[in-house]
Amino acid sequence: MSFLELKNITKVYPNGTKAINETSLNIEYGEFMVFVGPSGCGKSTLLRMIAGLEDITEGEIDLDGKTINKIDPSERDVAMVFQNYALYPHMNVYKNLSYGLKNRGESKENIDNKVKEVAELLEIKEYLQRKPAQLSGGQRQRVAMGRAIVRNPKVFLFDEPLSNLDAKLRGQVRIEIKKLQQSMNVTSVFVTHDQVEAMTLGDRLAVINNGVIEQLGTPIEVYEKPASKFVGEFIGSPQMNFVNGAINNNNFESSSFKLNKDLNIDNASVVLGFRAEDLNLKEEGEISLTIDIIEKLGSDSIIYGRDKDGQSICYKESGNTKLEVGEIINISLDVDAVHIFDEKTGKRLN
Amino acid sequence: MSRTISQYLVHIILIVGVLLMVVPIWIIFASSTHDNGTILSQGMQWGLGDQFIENYDRVLNQKGGFSQEITASSMLINSFIMAFGIATLTVLTSLMSAYTIVYFRFKLAVPIFWIIFLTLLVPLELRIMPSYQVVSNLGLVNTYTGLILPLSASAIATFFFRQFYKSVPDELLEAAKLDGANSWKFFIDFLVPLSKTMIAAMFIFMFVYGYNQYLWPLIMTTDEKYWTVVMGMKTIFMSWGVERFSYIILSMIPPVLVVIFLQRWFIQGLFQTK
Ligand SMILES: Nc1ncnc2c1ncn2[C@@H]1O[C@H](COP(=O)(O)OP(=O)(O)OP(=O)(O)O)[C@@H](O)[C@H]1O
Ligand SMILES: [Mg+2]
Repeated sequence: MSFLELKNITKVYPNGTKAINETSLNIEYGEFMVFVGPSGCGKSTLLRMIAGLEDITEGEIDLDGKTINKIDPSERDVAMVFQNYALYPHMNVYKNLSYGLKNRGESKENIDNKVKEVAELLEIKEYLQRKPAQLSGGQRQRVAMGRAIVRNPKVFLFDEPLSNLDAKLRGQVRIEIKKLQQSMNVTSVFVTHDQVEAMTLGDRLAVINNGVIEQLGTPIEVYEKPASKFVGEFIGSPQMNFVNGAINNNNFESSSFKLNKDLNIDNASVVLGFRAEDLNLKEEGEISLTIDIIEKLGSDSIIYGRDKDGQSICYKESGNTKLEVGEIINISLDVDAVHIFDEKTGKRLN
Repeated sequence: MSRTISQYLVHIILIVGVLLMVVPIWIIFASSTHDNGTILSQGMQWGLGDQFIENYDRVLNQKGGFSQEITASSMLINSFIMAFGIATLTVLTSLMSAYTIVYFRFKLAVPIFWIIFLTLLVPLELRIMPSYQVVSNLGLVNTYTGLILPLSASAIATFFFRQFYKSVPDELLEAAKLDGANSWKFFIDFLVPLSKTMIAAMFIFMFVYGYNQYLWPLIMTTDEKYWTVVMGMKTIFMSWGVERFSYIILSMIPPVLVVIFLQRWFIQGLFQTK
């Protein structure tokens, strides 16, 4: 039995919106699970059901062997970090951290020790007497984390906690969260729509689309073997390239090129997916590309162009490219790295 | 250059405003320190006289009314009790009813809110007969409770607190829930401290409102022991001389004191945006 089990969860909001549809998921003790997906797909809803902030329409959530559907949020022993932190504006940092402990009836001395310890850990000791309004965004984020940590919960829930930070700080805090989670070994669920956060933080990802989990797996599995066109499109930057075509006699054929690889798939209309880094510049390459835009990132160059059919394709080269806009190049595809999706259902076929 | 001119202009306007407010009060105060003869022969006075102690002593302690039972000092105390009771109860009831309306989303919350709001259209003066009937059936005529109770609910205050609560982000409630706060704790530990400045502002408004009541205490109190300052004014203009000025000055003191005490929060409350 897993530490946190979601069994056939459905959520219908009072206005009729079906935010989550029969979703099941097992999260192991100490695991860092990331819910990732586009805006409105139901990530927050799922997280909030675990927290007890939303009723569960159907299904069951078990935590540590106990069904928690009907248990009050405060008694579930979960802690949540909100996107806007939701710090208590009229209490100083010390009181923000200690409020939950006080409600649990812990002794003053005990509370004091715990708060000091967490403040030390998160380097917010100097701010203990300040109100949230007197802190910077990054410091507030730390206090929000501290408020979750100090209660030593069974599960941490994060709802896009980094999205209000600037890019640089976001990177730093991301690493810190990972470190903290590893050292404390607390089961965590982290919601984000940022795929870099998802890839770097998660032990496993649940890619959510339209209220269902499209794929569940380690970041590398999800990246290398996306289970559907949606997942392939959502994970990875630059976005995966797609070319419509068909399988004929186990070979992929589009109107402008053909792949020489035995794919072992029945004849069907399909979408071929391939990533920008799985393309190579080659004289005899099967795809010819007219370059539209070049983005030089320093470490890599990303080249956007169109093939003979006008289909836009993106190709990535490491280092600073010598290619120029308007040039026509031939590129070849690493046939072992292609993804074939059913045109209708979007499901992976190879 | 033009900046200093406009600054002068602003200051002149402000000074004129201040004078408009202060001068009449000063004249009343100055007049209240003269003797009857001076006022009768020379009218109101700009300068101070030498009768301060005598006049104020007489006003505070001279018995008035038909049965000669009431003094200005006891009227001041009555008014203070009434205003304080009304302000305290109004703040409490409106804080709580707004909390119910906003946070307990039962079906009738919206209609109930509008019914409360409608009572704005029916001020006490309009429902004075039925109110009197109720209070007298309850046996509360000539009691402080009878003076206070019918005025101790306010639609305006409920509305203000409701608007404020609606602006409190939901995440705050959710975070508090996860931290183990029940609905009572959320009210006491969060909403009350967060609306501290509004509470002060409402308290002042309601204090002045209660203090200025005339018709209700007039109808409610047949026993002179319960007369209030505002009612007493009538008696004074009829029979007293220079003491009327002392009386007016004295009657201003309780509201001014309340404002001074709560002023810091009050101003924050008026200009609070979040
Ligand atoms: N209280 C609510 N009442 C009705 N519908 C809601 C409510 N909250 C969310 N929804 C709907 O449920 C769906 C899922 O919402 P949810 O907040 O879980 O999305 P999300 O994946 O967290 O998106 P985002 O990345 O933008 O935060 C959306 O279609 C949303 O409109
Ligand atoms: Mg969300």
